[in-house]
Amino acid sequence: MSVDSGQVFTKGIWQENPVFVQVLGMCPVLAVSNTATNSLAMGLATAFVLVMSSTLVSWLRPVIPRQIRIASYILIIATFVTAVDYGIQAVSVELHKALGAFISLIVVNCIILGRAEAFASKHGVWDAIKDAAGMGLGFTIGLFCLGGVRELLGAGSLFGYAVFGDRFEPWILMILPPGGFFTMAAWLFVINLRKEARIASLKARKTLEETRHAT
Amino acid sequence: MPHDSLSGVFIDACLINNFILAYFLGICPFIGVTKEVKTSARMGLAVMFVMLVSSMCAYGVNGLLLWLGVPFLQLISFIVVIASSVQLVEMVIKRYSPALFRSLGIFLPLITTNCAILAVALFQTQRGYGFLQCLAYALGAGTGFLLVLVLMASVRQNLDYADVPSSIKGTVMAFIVAGILSVAFMGFAGMGGAR
Repeated sequence: MSVDSGQVFTKGIWQENPVFVQVLGMCPVLAVSNTATNSLAMGLATAFVLVMSSTLVSWLRPVIPRQIRIASYILIIATFVTAVDYGIQAVSVELHKALGAFISLIVVNCIILGRAEAFASKHGVWDAIKDAAGMGLGFTIGLFCLGGVRELLGAGSLFGYAVFGDRFEPWILMILPPGGFFTMAAWLFVINLRKEARIASLKARKTLEETRHAT
Repeated sequence: MPHDSLSGVFIDACLINNFILAYFLGICPFIGVTKEVKTSARMGLAVMFVMLVSSMCAYGVNGLLLWLGVPFLQLISFIVVIASSVQLVEMVIKRYSPALFRSLGIFLPLITTNCAILAVALFQTQRGYGFLQCLAYALGAGTGFLLVLVLMASVRQNLDYADVPSSIKGTVMAFIVAGILSVAFMGFAGMGGAR
């Protein structure tokens, strides 16, 4: 049961990043990442639901019978999502309009159910909170990476503030749906390149050592 | 909006605002099961069927919730309705057509977590569609889903024989193809005049 506590938190941010490594919960990632603000809000909303539902799942773990666990998790998640939905509406109607149905659709985000089933249902409350917080943060960072790039290229601004001068011609395709697919492909490509470079350098080091041993 | 013609609603959901390429709903099966045309067609048909059933159920449930005055329970009840209708569909198919049941296999239960299904239920209530419009909407969304799934699968099947650099192979290539398809579907924007 004992897990390295720091690792539990950081693995969601980097090694097992839900967006770029696990490629989970793609629907909201692509749909609401057209501006940096939207993507950040969506990320935080998802992270909140993730942390709260993981806590409750882990806490109620001895009570929930195994046979109906998935249904119970979904009910728990749906409750928090409804709370978030009304919360965002209370804070900013404009933001609520921009995110639209995608707030409600957090319910069927595979990351949340995935963490509830794979981690929270098997570990203590404290570990579950840390895991959920790490995953939530990783998800937010992933969303922000996409949203930032798309807003920068598609509207020439970041968080609504103009970055480039007046002479910048916005690349409108990037804020439209195809831009989401292309930006995601570009990020995954960068990550793949990095991975390949690391594997190549490891291999090179190994052969170097082997030749050194041989001589 | 509630005065849209049935064909307008259908074309809007199927082509103009395609669920996968314009709303990004149901991306998981879109990337996951589109490696073969046959399986993707089956998956698309199953999704279409469940969409139709759950859309009808959601229409009824929404009326009931409004009558009781508890709209905040909408999301929770929709989820329960979808999960149980998937279960029901599964049992009915198993009873009456074991062959179809076997061919759908694991895809059937997985549909519960397909966000496109929940989205159909949410969008139709948001737009205040009538019963027939709901049916047209669900049918259109399902047809669009099936269409895009099969298109994507046929492109990817042919990609197997293409010489693609190793760092782009797999998911990256899938996203690039999806982006190009999405650009192509933007061409439908002027059609039908639904919006």
